[in-house]
Amino acid sequence: MTSTTARQDLAEEDVRSTLSSDERAEPVTALSASLTFGWRALLKIKHVPEQLFDVTMFPIMFLLLFTYIFGGALAGSTREYLQFVLPGIHVMTITMITMYTGMALNTDITKGVFDRFRSLPIWQPSVLVGALLGDALRYTLASTIIILLGVALGFRPAGGVLGVLLAIALLLVFCFSLSWLWTCFGLRMRTPESVMYLSMTVLFPLTFTSNILVDPATMPSWLQVVVRVNPISHLVTAVRGLMAGMVTTGEIMVVLAMSAALVAVFGPLTMHRYRNLR
Amino acid sequence: MPELAIEAASLVKTFGDVRAVDGVDLAVRAGGVYGFLGPNGAGKTTTIRMLATLLQPDGGTARVLGHDIVTEGAQVRRRVSLTGQFASVDEDLTGTENLVLLARLLGRSRPRAKARAGELLEAFGLADAADRQVKTFSGGMRRRLDIAASLVVTPDLIFLDEPTTGLDPRSRNQVWAIIRALVAEGTTVLLTTQYLDEADQLADRIAVIDRGRVIAEGTSSDLKAQVGGGSLRVRLRDAAQREEARGLLARALDVPVQAEPDLVALSATVADGEVVAHALAELARSGVGVIDFAFGQPSLDEVFLALTGRPAEETGEKTAEDAA
Repeated sequence: MTSTTARQDLAEEDVRSTLSSDERAEPVTALSASLTFGWRALLKIKHVPEQLFDVTMFPIMFLLLFTYIFGGALAGSTREYLQFVLPGIHVMTITMITMYTGMALNTDITKGVFDRFRSLPIWQPSVLVGALLGDALRYTLASTIIILLGVALGFRPAGGVLGVLLAIALLLVFCFSLSWLWTCFGLRMRTPESVMYLSMTVLFPLTFTSNILVDPATMPSWLQVVVRVNPISHLVTAVRGLMAGMVTTGEIMVVLAMSAALVAVFGPLTMHRYRNLR
Repeated sequence: MPELAIEAASLVKTFGDVRAVDGVDLAVRAGGVYGFLGPNGAGKTTTIRMLATLLQPDGGTARVLGHDIVTEGAQVRRRVSLTGQFASVDEDLTGTENLVLLARLLGRSRPRAKARAGELLEAFGLADAADRQVKTFSGGMRRRLDIAASLVVTPDLIFLDEPTTGLDPRSRNQVWAIIRALVAEGTTVLLTTQYLDEADQLADRIAVIDRGRVIAEGTSSDLKAQVGGGSLRVRLRDAAQREEARGLLARALDVPVQAEPDLVALSATVADGEVVAHALAELARSGVGVIDFAFGQPSLDEVFLALTGRPAEETGEKTAEDAA
């Protein structure tokens, strides 16, 4: 122990020499601060790879379950149903995974390191934007798994590679925007569990009263109205359209407008809370 | 640098019904160590968090290094560092990664950030643990990394919130060495502590904080002088003689003399050292055997008791800090 003790000990002079040897803080841009926090998210994935469990298992489970349980009954064959349901499952999986953003933030925020981040001379939202960039990587991984598994099961998108890539991009934009709702919850609720319950209360009705699993034509007319105004339905329509190569500009614009609205409302609400954390 | 590192007037912070900080005035000169001394829940942390721009005050104003903490928060953040009560480092990352992250956020290029991290880890005796996750660090190592993280860019003012709470004596001495090095290089240190001897050892000036207010301010000797004189403690050979000795001492010193829980011990607060020798001679003359005596300045413990009417260890008002 003595040898390591000697090396771990600390001399006042050594500390003094490090103090004079470096100069002042240079302001960093909002983008570079956000990317640096994105790097932090990657490091966390490297050190705690278990957090990739949800983005790998959810897509596989959902896709297999829904395709094989409902496929035969709803569309006559699982292969035919897969063409319809895959974009929907894609949207459902990724939007479900977004709710972990709020839970993770709620856990993270109770740790002292946020005090340090908040006392730094940086663009304050960069901490959260960086975390969301890290999440975007997780969503990309989940998307890749769904598409590859889908193709292996017989999914043949008419929109081709470009259509699929654009669909993933659009979904990532929407999820990044939706995440501000979860960050808002994440900062306001007391425990990660309560964040999860609240997020599920929002997400479950939204994903199931939509056109994800079935064509709403057979639903009662009042429910059709619900499905039609549901933002998730619009997202699914656009993603499905992109993958099938028959999307309209209007459908994409609706999703982008919804995304902008989510950021415009919940971004400032989150940041107001973030700045006034106790 | 302005002459005053911190100027605060009537700072107030309330959490619900609790006035955690209830009108704090401060004038902290640049350079040296300024100590905030007080029990748990006295409002020390809340005050520091307001000064470091982490909390908005509900009332009053404060300037840190000449900048208003509410309207010029960005300028304040550029020149101060904070080491919170709970390790403000990322437990999942390694020591190096933590420091590189901060150096990057403070505008260093990747190679320079790495170099800076290495230099700090070396100086703080953490080079061997550089590539281990912080969650595997001991309390002392974590605390040193935490302070190193505050020094990635040398700040003009550093807030250290209870930097030695929970540390073993050796780690505490290391933290004290770091604080002395900081002061020697011209950084102003604002330190909170519950330990009276720590404030006594390190701080040039001390503000005693209790229930959200500054109840006394000055140098350690100023505070001791407020209590008046020093304390005399006498241990007798024979417990049977204690009452007799007590009477003799009370007459010779002309102050009340307390019987201590130790059955052979007596103590008294004495304004003037000269009478002590006289009183001890009086005991010898009367045949009272003294095996041990001590006369010294009052401890800050006694100061605290004299100022608040209760001992410093008492943590009666935990609610305010818990709410924070």
